[in-house]
Amino acid sequence: MIPLGHFLILSAILFAIGSAGVFMRRNLITILLSIEIMLNAVNLTFIAFGRHLGRVDGQIIVAFVMTVAAAEAAVGLAIIVALYRHRESLNPEAFTSLKW
Amino acid sequence: MSDLVLFYAFGAFAVLASALVIGQSNPMHSVLLLVASFGAISGLYVLLDAPFMAVIQIIVYAGAIMVLFLYVVMLLNAPREDAAEWDRAHPLRRPGMTRVGAVLALVLVLQLVWALSRTVDVRGAVGADAAAETVSSVRTIGRVMFSDYVFAFEATSILILVAMVGSILLARREGER
Repeated sequence: MIPLGHFLILSAILFAIGSAGVFMRRNLITILLSIEIMLNAVNLTFIAFGRHLGRVDGQIIVAFVMTVAAAEAAVGLAIIVALYRHRESLNPEAFTSLKW
Repeated sequence: MSDLVLFYAFGAFAVLASALVIGQSNPMHSVLLLVASFGAISGLYVLLDAPFMAVIQIIVYAGAIMVLFLYVVMLLNAPREDAAEWDRAHPLRRPGMTRVGAVLALVLVLQLVWALSRTVDVRGAVGADAAAETVSSVRTIGRVMFSDYVFAFEATSILILVAMVGSILLARREGER
């Protein structure tokens, strides 16, 4: 059988990849994709712990996380489309009008 | 034993595909690689006796949400990142905050792996004390979701309604009524 720690370490690696993507990439769409990677890493943790404890609550929370991720993707992509229409760019450095 | 082999195969595939997602300069390739990564993660869900979530992962995540991303990538038709020299430099040699971010992500993964490898509680086989039938049954999932989590379920439906109205309002062209 697979030790629980293996799933947690895999999930930690995926989460770190996602956070590195948010820090390093300069493309709004790729930043949203990195956020999806992080959400999936957390989902994997939920399901692993749910299996370990023998309860379905982890899977139900994952279903809710997927719903929220869908809503987040829809709103985020709508914002990206609106921003692209104004500046013709997907680089977050192009949107600094509110920067102090 | 074959479980462990499958775990390493799916895990390595997921990590590789995710690393390539943030290493690509073309968002179209990034989205397709992320779909592959989600496929590997759904294989891990099957290993964790959660076949329902594996199917949902493929249908909703890889199917619906990623198609939404692909649709926007194709709609905007802006495949490359702006600065050319930005793509060539290694992440750790890029200037300023980017380097700090990359180092922080590396520190995060080292810290988590170190902490988890020293924890004794997680060394046992996953689900050794629990029968697989208790978590793999869709009937149980449905019963718990519509009894204990019914408020969260209804709140989610309102959230989706708000997100739908918000995204229509945001993506609408100015000047139209």
